[in-house]
Amino acid sequence: MSTSKAKAAGGVERPLSPHLQIYAPSWTMVMSIVHRITGAALYFGTILLAYWLISAAVGPKAFATAQWILGSWIGRLVLFGYTWALVHHLIGGIRFLIWDFGRCFDEKPRLMLSKLNIVLSVPLTVLLWIVAYAIK
Amino acid sequence: MRTPLSSVRGRGSAKFGTDDYWVQRLTAAVLVPLSVVLIIFLVRNGAASHATVREALANPICAVLVAAAIIAGVVHMRIGMQVIIEDYVHGQPWSVLAIVLNWFFSALIVLASIWAVAKLSFGM
Repeated sequence: MSTSKAKAAGGVERPLSPHLQIYAPSWTMVMSIVHRITGAALYFGTILLAYWLISAAVGPKAFATAQWILGSWIGRLVLFGYTWALVHHLIGGIRFLIWDFGRCFDEKPRLMLSKLNIVLSVPLTVLLWIVAYAIK
Repeated sequence: MRTPLSSVRGRGSAKFGTDDYWVQRLTAAVLVPLSVVLIIFLVRNGAASHATVREALANPICAVLVAAAIIAGVVHMRIGMQVIIEDYVHGQPWSVLAIVLNWFFSALIVLASIWAVAKLSFGM
């Protein structure tokens, strides 16, 4: 890609600003990337939510089909991933809101918040599924 | 020379420079409680019968909160995906096409979901 860009600029190799491969991974960086990935996953996951709601609106037969697809082991796996993405993106979003207010930028709280994101999202998701099965 | 802040606030060359940024944060804040509501709704109704889901959405508070979560969520995700597109898709026509498709997809999801929630809630 760098060569094609250089050619577009008139065949001259110009220096490019450093990108991901230059930096050693850090907690804030990795959690920022995961935030974007979970966001994109949630974007496409809305198809599932819309499908489930529409099937319920169409009628019991369509709803039974949707429940069968989403209740299959692969459906459950996708839904588990979707739940985790939502929980993780939610906690990450709170971190970004805190940063938007200019708080917690020092090294310790910054690292703590970033680590907390994954440390909380995984057990919370598991807990949600335990609750979901318990009340069924 | 100094530019009065009032004349530049919220206005880039396109006159809506900071709208997306602001709405992204606003919907994010609103979605903190609303996505929790949505998660609770889905945990309770994910494996429920058709009648149970209808009954849940017949409750106006439940239906309005679910609809609000969907609307705020789609507005939020439309802006988020546009940021991703602007970061990775360069050059016309693909960048413009991707942004337009993003709008269409978001509109489709919100219209379809709200139609479903409304139909279930009104018991039609």
